Amino acid sequence: MAEKDKEVVIRVRGLVNIMGGNLIHDHIDLDVYRGEVLGVVGGSGAGKSVLLHSIVGLNKPREGHIEVFGEDPTPHRERPKNSVQMRWGVLFQEGALFSSQTVAENIQMPLREYTTMSQDLMNEVTAMKLSMVGLPQDAAQKYPSELSGGMKKRAGLARALAADPELVFLDEPTAGLDPISANQFDMLVKDLQKSLGLTVFMVTHDLDTLKATTDRIAVLVNKKIKIGTIDELRKDPDPWIQEYFSGVRGRAALAS
Amino acid sequence: MTDTHDSARTGQRAQLRVERQGQLARLIAEGEWTVRDAPHLDSELRGISLDGVSEADIDGNGITRLDSAGAWLLVRAKRDIEAAGARVRQFQLPEVYAPLLDSIEQEHNAPPVVMETRHGLNAFLYRVGRATVDTGRQGYRMLGYLGRFTIEFMEAIFQPRGNLRVAALFTQVEEIGINALPIVGLLGFLIGIVMAYQGADQLRRFGAEIFTINLLGVGILRELGGLVTAIIIAGRSGSAFTAQIGTMKVNEEIDALQTIGINTFDVLVLPRVLGLAIALPFLTFYADVMAMIGGAVMCYFDLGITVPAFMRQLHEAISMNTFLVGIIKAPIFAVTIGLVGCFEGLQVERNAASVGALTTRSVVEAVFLVIVIDAAFSILFSVLGI
Repeated sequence: MAEKDKEVVIRVRGLVNIMGGNLIHDHIDLDVYRGEVLGVVGGSGAGKSVLLHSIVGLNKPREGHIEVFGEDPTPHRERPKNSVQMRWGVLFQEGALFSSQTVAENIQMPLREYTTMSQDLMNEVTAMKLSMVGLPQDAAQKYPSELSGGMKKRAGLARALAADPELVFLDEPTAGLDPISANQFDMLVKDLQKSLGLTVFMVTHDLDTLKATTDRIAVLVNKKIKIGTIDELRKDPDPWIQEYFSGVRGRAALAS
Repeated sequence: MTDTHDSARTGQRAQLRVERQGQLARLIAEGEWTVRDAPHLDSELRGISLDGVSEADIDGNGITRLDSAGAWLLVRAKRDIEAAGARVRQFQLPEVYAPLLDSIEQEHNAPPVVMETRHGLNAFLYRVGRATVDTGRQGYRMLGYLGRFTIEFMEAIFQPRGNLRVAALFTQVEEIGINALPIVGLLGFLIGIVMAYQGADQLRRFGAEIFTINLLGVGILRELGGLVTAIIIAGRSGSAFTAQIGTMKVNEEIDALQTIGINTFDVLVLPRVLGLAIALPFLTFYADVMAMIGGAVMCYFDLGITVPAFMRQLHEAISMNTFLVGIIKAPIFAVTIGLVGCFEGLQVERNAASVGALTTRSVVEAVFLVIVIDAAFSILFSVLGI
């Protein structure tokens, strides 16, 4: 982390998204700095996933400008080897594993694409990633259809982390995990962030995860975005934010 | 060092040096130990000879960047040294990377994963054996399913207790029958044209053009009309059954129906299969008529046979039996297509990929069975002399 103190990794300016005739985002600005964990929260349909999809270039915004590592993230037909896709990893809500490949093949996919690693080293790294995300080693030969929801999520995370990206996008990473696994997951994110200087963009509703891992939180409310630390946001007068952090669940999670 | 395709991450490339002082080996790691340089570090580390080494130092103080791949290589180097019977005296690393290294060292002891091989004779034999067993099981399950359908169907007819959903049945008849009229009609018409044209071409050599109409009447009404309609409907409705029911299965909708206490057979299978059994004979009849029209058009333009003459000859060529032999097969084709479509739909597992795989299988099986049944009927009718 010898980089400048506040290097902007993701820069969003004036983002407008309209989905099915509904205005989802109304001129949103967002900066995500290198090495921070940003949590994104908001009610159902507030556009959390749409924001994530816009940033990774899966959804073309109606208006506005997005940069990731200073580059336009939309996929191009031809890309240099050093494209942004190589420098980020994305964990989708249901894992989005390739169903025709085993878990091990899924994890090795980014390594195969982007590095010249030998098969032996890839197999070692795969075993390491499996234990990192808390999957048993015999999961390697399984196909995604043979895994439970939580295991798919872990395998998806292992794939997202396979090529040691600088930036990871996590879409509801702890939803559907048992509290122990969720806790391990929080620790893992924290560990990786500390040692790799990993930048994390995390859509989550898990207040414990928010408290344990995030540096700042972005709240999507009324088509706008409000960003701050938990303490700053708790002082925000917006009724949704008040309810979110000061409701029963919020108080319980934040009190601990 | 290999060339790099790197411009954004302008860091110092990873380096590894080994210094030997008698029985002491010093591994000096410097630069950015990341996934980018892992391939060449991997081969260099594997190439280190540990002969006669009893003590080793790993000096990672010069590391400026470390990710999990790099950390793994360091941990592996340490383990390799220990496995060779040497002692690791020092393992130095900048403070900031300690947590990552510690967690890998402590929590990761598993051997490398084994990649499944899917090539070679063994794997091939395995697949063949697997497919054979699966086919046997599939046939067994289908038989059970046919039995269940028969029972449910008989109950619906003879002990009705509201288990025949009339509204759903007519929705299916509309979807399978009426909505298929354009495509079935057009294809029937074209087949009539093709048969008349080819028949006229061959029969002209004997001066027997007029028998084109016999060929047309018998060929279409007995065989082709029903067969072609059944194949179109297998592709159109059989696949739709599998996809619809399969999607419901993926969404756990079938489970939801069962927990509510609704018989899935009543709401999903019976309306579809019976709807198909009602619609397909009518579609076959419609296809027959359209094929005759196509044939008549072709006969008029190609052979100069007028419509009244065509009708007269057709009347002589075919009897009611010819038509009935063709149409009697339609409900049987329909039940086959419908059962296969619904059966495969219910076989779908809880993942989207199996919907596609089973939809394909459903169409192939339905078309296959339709042709087999048609052949069986041909033999039966010839034995009976019909």
